[in-house]
Amino acid sequence: MSSGTEKVEYVSYLDHQGKYKGILGWIFATDHKRIALLYMYSIAAFFFVGVILGLLMKIELAAPGQTIMKPQTYNGIFTVHGVIMIFMVVIPGLSAVFGNFFLPILIGAKDVSFPKLNRFSWWIFIVGSIMAVASQFLRSGPPDTGWTFYAPYSTTTGTSVILATSAAFVLGFSSILTGLNFIVTIHQLRAPGMKFFNMPLFPWALYATAWIQLLATPIVGITLVMLIAERLFGIGFFDPNLGGDPLLYQHLFWIYSHPAVYVMILPAMGVISEIIPTFTQRKIYGYKAIALSSLAIAGVGFLVWGHHMYTSGMSEQARWFFSLLTFVVAVPSAIKVFNWLATMYKGSIDLKPPFLYALSFIFLFIIGGTTGLLLGSVATNIQVHDTAFVVAHFHYIIFGGMGFAFFAAIHYWSPKIYGRMYDFKRANIAWGIIFVGFNMLYFPQFILGFQGMPRRYFDYLPQFQGGQLVSSIGGFILATGLFLMVRNLVLGARKGEIAPANPWNGSTLEWQIPSPPSLENFDEEPVIKQNPYDYE
Amino acid sequence: MFTNASNFVQGVDFAFAVILGISIFFLVTLTATMIYFVIKYNRNKKVKAVQIKEHTWVEVTWIVIPLILVLYMFYIGWEGFIPMRQAPKDAMHVKAIGKMWKWTFEYEGNKQADTLVLPIGKAVKIDLVSTDVLHGFSVPAFRIKEDVVPVKKNYTWFIPGELGDFDLFCTVYCGLNHSSMLATIRVVSEEDFQKWIAKVPVKKAEANNLAFQAVEKNGCLACHSMNGTKLVGPTFKGLYGSKSNVLTNGAARQVTVDDAYIEKSIYEPNADVANGYPQGVMKSYKGIVQQKDLKLIQEYLKSLK
Repeated sequence: MSSGTEKVEYVSYLDHQGKYKGILGWIFATDHKRIALLYMYSIAAFFFVGVILGLLMKIELAAPGQTIMKPQTYNGIFTVHGVIMIFMVVIPGLSAVFGNFFLPILIGAKDVSFPKLNRFSWWIFIVGSIMAVASQFLRSGPPDTGWTFYAPYSTTTGTSVILATSAAFVLGFSSILTGLNFIVTIHQLRAPGMKFFNMPLFPWALYATAWIQLLATPIVGITLVMLIAERLFGIGFFDPNLGGDPLLYQHLFWIYSHPAVYVMILPAMGVISEIIPTFTQRKIYGYKAIALSSLAIAGVGFLVWGHHMYTSGMSEQARWFFSLLTFVVAVPSAIKVFNWLATMYKGSIDLKPPFLYALSFIFLFIIGGTTGLLLGSVATNIQVHDTAFVVAHFHYIIFGGMGFAFFAAIHYWSPKIYGRMYDFKRANIAWGIIFVGFNMLYFPQFILGFQGMPRRYFDYLPQFQGGQLVSSIGGFILATGLFLMVRNLVLGARKGEIAPANPWNGSTLEWQIPSPPSLENFDEEPVIKQNPYDYE
Repeated sequence: MFTNASNFVQGVDFAFAVILGISIFFLVTLTATMIYFVIKYNRNKKVKAVQIKEHTWVEVTWIVIPLILVLYMFYIGWEGFIPMRQAPKDAMHVKAIGKMWKWTFEYEGNKQADTLVLPIGKAVKIDLVSTDVLHGFSVPAFRIKEDVVPVKKNYTWFIPGELGDFDLFCTVYCGLNHSSMLATIRVVSEEDFQKWIAKVPVKKAEANNLAFQAVEKNGCLACHSMNGTKLVGPTFKGLYGSKSNVLTNGAARQVTVDDAYIEKSIYEPNADVANGYPQGVMKSYKGIVQQKDLKLIQEYLKSLK
C-alpha cells in the first residue's frame, strides 16, 4: 500500500496494475472492489443457472401429468434450484457484492479490515459452489430432498445428499467470515467524525446482517455435520428408527434458516434507504428509526423460527409463542415502509430506473410481508402452510424484495462501479417486462395455494390447471425481461456514455470520489461532520 | 370461503378475511400514496424539495397502531386455531397410516380401507402414523393440516359438516411420488356409513404368512408390485431366479437374481441398478431390514413365480 503525503495520481481500480497481471490480478486481488465484482460475476452466473432450472419446472407444471421430465428429475431440479438460489445467490447477494464494494467507501475507509480474509472468503465461496454444482452430476443422482434437507428422508435417500450438504457447510464459512470482516470494519475503520449515528443506512443494515451471519450460520453448519454423521455412521440424531427425533432437525435447521431470510432482506432495505433520499433530494425521514429497526428485526428474527413448524406436531405453547413473536417482528418492517413514504413527501422526485426498482420493491415487499401475516397466524397457517401460497410468499420477499433491491442497487451504483452510464429507456422497458412477468409468475400461486395446491408437487389435480398455466407464461415473460436488463447493463458498462462522478446528485461519500474509484478510494481521509443525507 | 365442510372453516376463514382485509387496506393505501407523491412532487415540476423536520409523535403513532393491529391479528389467529387441539373425548377414532406414497385408514376392529369414509356430523379423531418418513395430512376444504411424524404421536380432529368427496393431500415432501400421495375423504350419512363399514373386511391375520408380513411391513410393496406391473422398481413376480441386466458403476452386466443379489439390493440398492430404473431412488435398508426379515423376504420372493 502506498504511503507518504505526496498527491497520488488518479488511476481507477479497474486499471490499477498490481503484483499480478490479467485474470490473476483479479483472483488474487485483495481490493474490496475487485472482490465485489468477482462475487457479482459468479453470483450472476449461478443466478442464471437457477433461472433455467426454474423455467424447466414451469414447463413441467404448465400441464398436469408428465410433460418434459420424470418425477425424480423434477424432485432433483427443485432441490438444486433452491440450493443454488438460497445458498449461492440471495444469502451472499447484496452483502458480498454491494456490501464489499460500498461499505468501506460509505464509511470513508480504504478497504475492509481484513482484505486477505475477504479474498479467502470468495475462494471458499467458489469451492462450496463447485461442490454444490458437482452434486448434480454424481452417479447416485442429484439430491432430491428439497433445499431444507428434512430428516429422516434426507438421511435415508440414495441420492448425493452428502456432497450437497457439505457444499452448504463450506458456503457457510464464507458467510461467517464476510460477516466478521464487516463487523470489525464498521467498528474500526469509520472515518474521523463518523459516529454510528452518522453512518449511512446501508452500512447500518450490513452491520445488523453481519451479526446474524456470524451468530446463526454456525448452527446450520453443525446441523449439516450431524446429518452427514447420521448418513455415514448411523448415529441416531434425527431418524426415529435409530432413536433420533425428526423435529430436532427442523428446529436446528430453522434456527439458522429463518434468520437467513433477514440476511437477505436487511441489506435490501439498506439499499432502498440509500436510493430514496437521493432520488427525492430529501433527508431521509426517521433516520434513527430505520437504523434501529434493522437491529430490532435482526434481534427478534432470532426467535421466530418455529413459525415454519406450526403443523409439525410441536406443542400448543410453542405455537402460541412463535406466532406472537412473528407478528411483533412485522412492526419494525412496517416502520421502515412508513419512513420511506414520508421521505417522498414534498421531495423532488426523479423517476429514474433505480428509483423505479425501489418503488416496485416497496410494492412487492408489502405483498410479501402481509401474506407473511397470513402465514404467521396459526389458524390461517393451517390453510396455506406447505402449499403454493408459501412459494408465492417467499418469492415475493426474496425475489420481489431482495432481487428487486439488487436490481435497484446495480442501476444505482453501476455508473460508479464502471464509470459509464446505461441507457434509461431500455432500462425502463426491461423493468416493465420484469414487473409484469414477476407478478404473473407468482401471484397466481397465492390463489393456487389457498385452494390447496401443495408445494413440491410434480403433478397436480385438474382444478389447478388455469393458475399453473398463467404462472408458467409469466415465468417466460420474466426471463425475457431479465435478459433485456442484463444486456442493457452490460452494454452500458462497456460502451455507455462516460458517467460523471455524481450522476444522481447523491449526498453520501461514494458520490464525492471519481467514477470508477481509485484503488484506495480517497485521496485524503474524509472528515465527517454531519448526517449523511444532508441536502440543505 | 365460509362453507360448512368442517367445524373449523368459520374460525379459519374469519381470521383469513380479517387479516386479508387489513393487508389489502395497507397495500392499496400505501401504493396509492406512493403513486400520488410521484406525480405530485415530480422533479419535472421544478419545485425544490422541502426538508421536513422529524416528529417523535409521528414515529410513535406508526409504531403503536401497527402493534395494536398485529396483536389483534395474532389473537384471532389463535382463537381460530385452538379448538383444533381440543378433540372431544367421545370422538370416533381412525388411524391414518402414511407410507411412501399411499394412505391407509384403519378403523376400530382392525378394518382397513384406502378411502376415508366418515359419517356426517360426528366428531372424528385421526391418529397420524407414519411408517417411514415425514408426511403431511392436509384437507384444504376442512381447513386442517398436521404433519405425520414417524414414531412421534400426532393427531387431528374435525366434525364433517357437508356430504361429498374431499381431497386429502400429502403436504410434506416424501420422495419420488410425493405428488401422487392423495386420497379421498367421503362424507356420508350415518346410515350409509354403517352399511359401508359392515362390508369392510377385517384385515386378515396373516400370522400364517410371516414372509408376506416381512415384505409388507418393510414397505417394499410401495414400489415393487406382486402381479407383474411395473411400478417405481421392478415387479417381484417371477424375479427370483431370472436373469437381470444391471448397471454396476455405469457398466452393463447380467446377474442372476439369487439370495445374495437380493441381500445386496436391499442393503446397497444403488450398487447394481436394473436397466430402465433410475439411480438413487431406493434408500438403503441397512439397519432397518433385519437378518430375520431378510431371510423371510428371500423366501417370499422365491415363492412368487
